[in-house]
Amino acid sequence: MSIDKNTVRKVASLARLEIDEAGLEKMTPKLNGILQWIEQLQALNTDNVEPLANVANIELKLRADALTDGNCADKVLANAPETTAGYFVVPKVVE
Amino acid sequence: MTYQIQGEQGTWEVVIGMEVHAQVIAESKLFSGAAASFGAEPNSQVSLVDAAMPGMLPVLNEYCVEQAIRTGLGLNAKINKTSVFERKNYFYPDLPQGYQISQFLHPIVGKGEIEIDLPDGTTKTIGITRLHLEQDAGKSVHDQHPTKSYVDLNRSGCALMEIVSEPDIRSPDEATAYLSKLRMILRYLDTCDGNMEEGSMRADVNISVRKPGAGYGTRCEVKNVNSLKAVQQAIEYEAQRQVEIIEGGGKIDQETRLWDPAKGETRSMRSKEEAHDYRYFPDPDLLPLHLADSWIERVRETLPELPDQKKHRFMKDFGLSAYDANVLIAERARADYFEIVAKGRDGKMAANWVLNELLGALNKDGKSITDSVIAAGQLGALIDLISDNTISGKIAKDVFAEMYKSGKDPAEIVEEKGLKQVTDTGAIEKIVDEVIAENPDNVAAYRSGKDKLFGFFVGQVMKKSQGKANPNIINELLKKKLSL
Repeated sequence: MSIDKNTVRKVASLARLEIDEAGLEKMTPKLNGILQWIEQLQALNTDNVEPLANVANIELKLRADALTDGNCADKVLANAPETTAGYFVVPKVVE
Repeated sequence: MTYQIQGEQGTWEVVIGMEVHAQVIAESKLFSGAAASFGAEPNSQVSLVDAAMPGMLPVLNEYCVEQAIRTGLGLNAKINKTSVFERKNYFYPDLPQGYQISQFLHPIVGKGEIEIDLPDGTTKTIGITRLHLEQDAGKSVHDQHPTKSYVDLNRSGCALMEIVSEPDIRSPDEATAYLSKLRMILRYLDTCDGNMEEGSMRADVNISVRKPGAGYGTRCEVKNVNSLKAVQQAIEYEAQRQVEIIEGGGKIDQETRLWDPAKGETRSMRSKEEAHDYRYFPDPDLLPLHLADSWIERVRETLPELPDQKKHRFMKDFGLSAYDANVLIAERARADYFEIVAKGRDGKMAANWVLNELLGALNKDGKSITDSVIAAGQLGALIDLISDNTISGKIAKDVFAEMYKSGKDPAEIVEEKGLKQVTDTGAIEKIVDEVIAENPDNVAAYRSGKDKLFGFFVGQVMKKSQGKANPNIINELLKKKLSL
């Protein structure tokens, strides 16, 4: 599998990355290099192999349903460029 | 009773599938220990995890998982012992992570089904495709400032169950019946409060049209359908719109549309189109979720009796009609109330008093059964007073009205107001004799064959006794004396 410049442009835009024409020229062969490497891995037959989520053989940790956090609006809002009455304020986004 | 749209080029059928987002009843959020309740000060129920501060890690809420299992079991669905959380990537100001943690290829619950009750008394089975757990987003407020939106992240990270139906729904009535039944089941299970106004249950409706018997047409997803009425209207509008486009030679674009309740129409949400490329991938912060059989079985043991089981039991044990049983089971609190009233008493009589008198009065006042000042035991005691002939059914209605006002015990009201039924045959006989003596013309007419006058005599005796004479004794005595 390989991707062209337009696909790279689209993926960049979905990820909100700004890449100019020169950047796209450079990035496309690089990404294709990575994809080729993955393609090599795909050549292995894994039909009877369970997917491996981690190598340490541990289970997902769960927590009890208890109130242990929150009540820290000041911390949550501390980095916001603009706030009012406890809200984040952002440019208008409406359908 | 098939629903069809009459176009210019013949009839069309509508095919509907529903995606319902149901907020899980839990104290805290799906991946953080902040409160999940509704209506708090903005951003007061937000942890640094919910605000997506760098380095924060999600830890899964065990009870939310249990609620999803419980719901899956209530939908007769397959519980998947392995499920995987994935990232659904998109940008929006109320989604601080830049992705929603959801489940995609491996949901926690697989195929199930719901039996829906249709207005004509028939039932239909609607398939459930899947149920998965995911995070809710925050809330944007757009109407407080001309050029800015305000963002509150209190809802961000609350646990949602997305419940997806098969495209088995064929009419607006079936769609609302599906939504009502799903809501009822969730409320019985206590896994979602089903409150559509507060947004704890939200529906997206997938709609397409086709000629009967043809393959599926291209569908549109309609969002913002937040009441049963909106579901009904949005489907009617959208199906008609699609028929007109196809018959006009056009084709349907697969797209997301927004229901506008003020204008009564759906409109395209073009901005959503590119965002549909969600680039899901397994969340590297979360391992796959494995459920032990023993856990699933423990949850199964906590399942309450579900609406359909209750309905059939009420019909069988209390001799109720399907209609009465359906009204009683619509709310779990209502069904519980009825059971207390009916216990050890005549089931139909109990149903009549709960449905016609109590619910009638409560509905008039815009109240629900949980607001009733008459306790179930008190209504039962009223029925006992009728059954043991202390009061007549007619007087019982007056006693009921007084109970509804004051919340007093029926026996106390009967005592205070001297409403006890007169069963003393001698006393009633005296009144009967008076009535016969005062109405010689009617007596003669009755004896000459005007049978219908019997009711007149009963009424007169009743009136003279201020409604307190036992109707059976009146009937007996009148029959005897008038036939002389």
